[in-house]
Amino acid sequence: MSQFSNSFWDFYIAVVSLASILACGVFLKMQSVRKAVEADTTGHVWDEDLQEYNNPMPRWWAWLFYVTIAFSLGYLVLYPGLGSYGGMLGWTQIGQYEQETREANAQFGPLHEKYAKLEIAEVAKSPEALAIGQKLFLNACSQCHASDARGSRGFPNLTDKDWLWGGTPEAIRTSIAEGRRAVMPPFGPTLGETATREVAHYVLSLSGAAHDQTAASRGREKFAQLCTACHGADGKGNPALGAPNLTDGIWLHGSGEAAIVEQITKGRQNQMPAHKDLLSETKIHLLTAYVYSLSAPPR
Amino acid sequence: MSTEGSYNYTVVRQFAIMTVVWGVVGMLVGVVIAAQLLWPELNFDVPWLSYGRLRPLHTNAVIFAFGGCALFATSYYVVQRTCHARLFGDRLAAFTFWGWQAVIVLAAVTLPLGYTSGKEYAELEWPIDILITLVWVAYAVVFFGTLFKRRIAHIYVANWFFGAFIITVAVLHIVNSAAIPVSLWKSYSAYSGAQDAMVQWWYGHNAVGFFLTAGFLGMMYYFIPKQAERPVYSYRLSVVHFWALIFTYMWAGPHHLHYTALPDWAQSLGMLFSLILLAPSWGGMINGIMTLSGAWHKLRTDPILKFLVVSLSFYGMSTFEGPMMSIKTVNALSHYTDWTIGHVHSGALGWVGLVSIGCIYHLVPRLFGRTEMHSVRLINTHFWIATIGIVLYIAAMWIAGVMQGLMWRGVSADGTLTYTFVESVKATYPFYAIRLLGGVLYLAGMLVMLYNVWKTVAGTKPVDAPIPAPAHA
Repeated sequence: MSQFSNSFWDFYIAVVSLASILACGVFLKMQSVRKAVEADTTGHVWDEDLQEYNNPMPRWWAWLFYVTIAFSLGYLVLYPGLGSYGGMLGWTQIGQYEQETREANAQFGPLHEKYAKLEIAEVAKSPEALAIGQKLFLNACSQCHASDARGSRGFPNLTDKDWLWGGTPEAIRTSIAEGRRAVMPPFGPTLGETATREVAHYVLSLSGAAHDQTAASRGREKFAQLCTACHGADGKGNPALGAPNLTDGIWLHGSGEAAIVEQITKGRQNQMPAHKDLLSETKIHLLTAYVYSLSAPPR
Repeated sequence: MSTEGSYNYTVVRQFAIMTVVWGVVGMLVGVVIAAQLLWPELNFDVPWLSYGRLRPLHTNAVIFAFGGCALFATSYYVVQRTCHARLFGDRLAAFTFWGWQAVIVLAAVTLPLGYTSGKEYAELEWPIDILITLVWVAYAVVFFGTLFKRRIAHIYVANWFFGAFIITVAVLHIVNSAAIPVSLWKSYSAYSGAQDAMVQWWYGHNAVGFFLTAGFLGMMYYFIPKQAERPVYSYRLSVVHFWALIFTYMWAGPHHLHYTALPDWAQSLGMLFSLILLAPSWGGMINGIMTLSGAWHKLRTDPILKFLVVSLSFYGMSTFEGPMMSIKTVNALSHYTDWTIGHVHSGALGWVGLVSIGCIYHLVPRLFGRTEMHSVRLINTHFWIATIGIVLYIAAMWIAGVMQGLMWRGVSADGTLTYTFVESVKATYPFYAIRLLGGVLYLAGMLVMLYNVWKTVAGTKPVDAPIPAPAHA
């Protein structure tokens, strides 16, 4: 595949590059002619006492120059550099990446394959598999979910029993491989400030948090109209939609009136990126087992 | 006083003093962000003091404020004295001084406020870019106008380098800063994707090659022979390494983009021309150091010469290191690590910093009618504090960089990465502390210089030297 819009540019690059390297050598050669008079000045004087000797160039220095030129020409025969000519070795950076990946897969594949055949619950019993899973977790997941997997605001804690999208091995694997995208629409414009606050107080009441009872009872009806479709009539959420359980006292985006009012008013979009193109299937399998083990320790 | 019979030292004096002032400011910001890497709380949760905004302020302040003022001061001084002619256009020269200071002040305000084009070493937004262009064109007119007025047929070698630096930086700045404004303080690059990256690093590496190398070689070619009172070692060598240097630097940019979306052929050319660049770079070092033949004993007593000669040693070291780091295999280890930071600072603190400081110590007494600086001992003190500071800084960053590169690629027997990224950050902490100490020492040296310059200048009357008739050898 050519990187050039037409063959002229291909040719142009090759000729200009080669000519430029050769020109360095020719120029050096031309200037290397030894003059009979050494250690004599050029005869010019600037600013009262500034002069220049006309010593020849140091030989070792000229040779250093020639060596780099020769090396460059040799490199261009072997490696890509002259337009679309790929070089005798056929090296490309993509090729190098693919080869290193192949080698790593050949070396470590069998070790990982061993676990690919086992059920997640079985893998989660193997200390060796969990050690691999933890390493994968620390490099691929800890940036958001933290090194101890307890998450932080906006990033779920993976060590409790509270699962937005389900805590079965299959659900965890889907979350990792395909990613998740949850959307809560903004209700601020529909509800207005007063009603938003009332709904917020009803939501607070669901988990038994401190709330204003009058406001909560007023908010109940609005909640039934607007929120139950996702969060359920009892407010316990719906893992098919990633809709959180509002009754368990676990708040991903902050608790208390202000945080809930903001959530209702502005809505939210939250995303877990898909990892299927970043990690192999067997690695996702091991990672799933590790994440599964965090909240469901093998008996 | 503004007559054709005397040199225009006014603008040289202004730029020389501001070199010292901006040096202190730029290096202070550097020390602050080095400390922030150790103690992130030092941003005090103030957006304007956050690392991401202060870092470009540091680089712009040391490169364009400190380095830029040093280049203006020395080029204006050298071009006058080696052409035996007063600077062309007194008013235009004054405009370059005030215009350049305005650019610096605008940078110091807009960068902390978060206005940035996002291009490294070219962060300033388009209105400031236009001001830079105007100042730079004026600079070119003043410099080449003076050259045109010269009373000696041959153009002195220092002026080749200053001339190449001025022309090339103009081209680099205009091409890389081409952008489409969407508001007064926001614009988008005229290029996109890999081409944008290539234009940026064509600019970025030539900013190193022309702003931070060619211009400073110009300084070296005047102040070393002057301070050593010896002729330049080899005219022939200066011709060859000048043309080879300015020709090959142009190609080296792609080595900043190894193993990226840039096509393989472009990466290869960047690497090869970086290797070819080794000899032309060393040509300058050899010519400077060999100029001392027969005058080596002066190093014992003359701290200014120490600054100039040691700067060349650092120049030689970093221009050896650079080509090595451009080799793809080495780059695979060094790229994105603190090794790069160490490399840049061996060039910036060791070469650019020391040579500028040496030149300013040579200039200040002459510009203010004194025979020497207030205290020669303090120059010596400055030299040793700065040198120890540099060594601590670059050694810490080398070790940290190689360590990071090895940690990032470490693979365990079970096929997982041995270390997480945050473990490499944790392992770097002791080296951040050593680097901070190195930076504090270098800054302390600059404060010694500020004091010494203050004591030298205080109470003196500025002098404008008469222009002597050209000598005939």
